[in-house]
Amino acid sequence: MGLIDQMRAGDRRALARLVTIVENGGDDGRRALAKLYQYTGQAHIIGVTGPPGAGKSTLVNEIALELRRRDASVGILAVDPTSPFTGGAILGDRIRMQPLGHDRSIFVRSMASRGQLGGIARATGDVVKVLDAAGFNAIIVETIGAGQAEVEIAREAHTTVVVEVPGLGDDVQAIKAGILEIADVFVVNKADREDAQKTQRHLQAMLQLGGVPREQWDVPIVMTVATRGEGVAQAVDAIQSHLQHLKAGGYFGERERQRVEREFRMILQGLALGLVQERVGAAQREAMVAQIQTRRIDPYTAAERMLAEALGVGEAR
Amino acid sequence: MERKIRVLVAKPGLDGHDRGAKVIARALRDAGMEVVYTGLQQTPQMIVDAALQEDVDVIGLSILSGAHMTLLPKVTQLLHAAGAADVLVVAGGIISDADAEILRREHGIAAVYGPGASTNEIVDFIRRSVKPERFSGAEV
Ligand SMILES: Nc1nc2c(ncn2[C@@H]2O[C@H](COP(=O)(O)OP(=O)(O)OP(=O)(O)O)[C@@H](O)[C@H]2O)c(=O)[nH]1
Ligand SMILES: [Mg+2]
Repeated sequence: MGLIDQMRAGDRRALARLVTIVENGGDDGRRALAKLYQYTGQAHIIGVTGPPGAGKSTLVNEIALELRRRDASVGILAVDPTSPFTGGAILGDRIRMQPLGHDRSIFVRSMASRGQLGGIARATGDVVKVLDAAGFNAIIVETIGAGQAEVEIAREAHTTVVVEVPGLGDDVQAIKAGILEIADVFVVNKADREDAQKTQRHLQAMLQLGGVPREQWDVPIVMTVATRGEGVAQAVDAIQSHLQHLKAGGYFGERERQRVEREFRMILQGLALGLVQERVGAAQREAMVAQIQTRRIDPYTAAERMLAEALGVGEAR
Repeated sequence: MERKIRVLVAKPGLDGHDRGAKVIARALRDAGMEVVYTGLQQTPQMIVDAALQEDVDVIGLSILSGAHMTLLPKVTQLLHAAGAADVLVVAGGIISDADAEILRREHGIAAVYGPGASTNEIVDFIRRSVKPERFSGAEV
C-alpha cells in the first residue's frame, strides 16, 4: 500500500510524510499530487492573515477547538517566513496550539515560506491539497500579513479572515496591504484593549467607502479576545456563513474555476520556461539577456524568439 | 527541489526558562535548517506527537530540570512505538557524563551536550547524522 492509501486510511505518519514530499516538490512531489488530486475539492479552505503578533495562532487554536465542537475535523497549515540570509526558519506558531495536540481529528503542520513569491503560493496550495485529500472538513492556513504573498495565498482560500488589532496605525495598515480586497471576514482581536472600538469603527468606514460588496457579501467585523476564547463562536459563525453564501449565490463554483485556471496557467508558464532552459543553451540565453540590456532587442520579441527556438518552429506566434 | 533539515526544538519538564532552547533554535536556523519551536513544559507525548506531524528529521531537547533520566528515554520509547525510531534525538543541558553515557548506550539518544558545548558542534553533528535516504523515494 502506498502512502496515499495509508493516509486515506487515517495514517497520520503517511500524511506527514506526504506533506514533506509535496512541499519539497520535484518529481516525487508531482507524482504524489497527480495521484491524490482526485480526492481534493472537499474541504472548506480558510485563510487567516494579519500583522505579526496580532494573535493569529492563538485565534486559529480557538477556531479549531470551536470547529471540533461543531464536529468538523481540522487541518492546520501555519506558514512562517524563511530567513532570506540563511535559508533557515524558526516556526513558532505551534506554541499557541498546544491544546490541539492530542486530538486525532486535528493535524497541525508548520511550514517555512522558502522561495520567493509565486513559490509560497505554489507550495502552500499543494500542501493544502494533501490535507484536503486526507479528508479534513476544514483547513486553516495561517500566514503573516505582509503584502503580496498573502494576497496570493488568500486567493487559494474560500474564506479569508483578516486579523487586525487595535493601535497599529490602522489607517495605513488596511489600505497598504490591499487587505480590504481580500477580507471575507474581519476579526479585531485583542478586543480587551482600549482602542478596539475605534479600530472596528475605522474598518466599518473603510468597508463602506469600498462601495458595492464583492459577491454580494457584507464583510462582517467580529471582535475577539483570542486568549480567553471570547467572540470565537461568532467568528466561526461568520466563517461558516461565508461559505454558505458562496455556495447559495453560485459564487463558489466561479471562484474555484478562476483558481484552477490561474493554477493551470502558472504551471504552464513554469513548463514553458523549463522547456526553454532545457532546449536552449545557457550561453545563448545569456547572450539574449545581454542584447535586451543593450536595447538591441526588446524583451517580448526576445521571449518569442527563444520559445520558437525551443519548440523548433519559425515563430512562436 | 529544495530539501531542508527539519528540527523540532522543545523543552520537556517543568523548569521555567527556555533561553538555552532559543539559542539552539536560532543557531540551527542560521545554519539553514527549519526549526519547529514548541516552547516550554512539553510532555514526551506532546513532543513525539508534534515531531510526527511535522515529519522532522531531528528532535533537540533542552533539559535542566534533572529529570532527564525519565523524560529522555520516554521520548525515544514513544518514537520507537510509533515506528519512528529513525528520528535523531539530541539533548542538551546539565547532564552528568555517566548519565550521558547511559542515555546514549541504552536509550537511543544520539548525542548529549553540556552547557559549554558550541552550537557549531551541534550543527555539524546534525548535518553529519541526518540520513539522506530519509528524503527520498517512498512509494506514494
Ligand atoms: N491581550 C491580548 N493578547 C492576545 C490576544 N490574542 C493573542 N494575544 C497575545 O498576543 C501574542 C501573540 O500571539 P500569537 O497568537 O502568537 O500571534 P500571531 O499573530 O500568530 O504571531 P506571529 O505568527 O508571530 O505573527 C501572544 O502573547 C498572545 O498571548 C488577545 O485577544 N488579547
Ligand atoms: Mg502565529
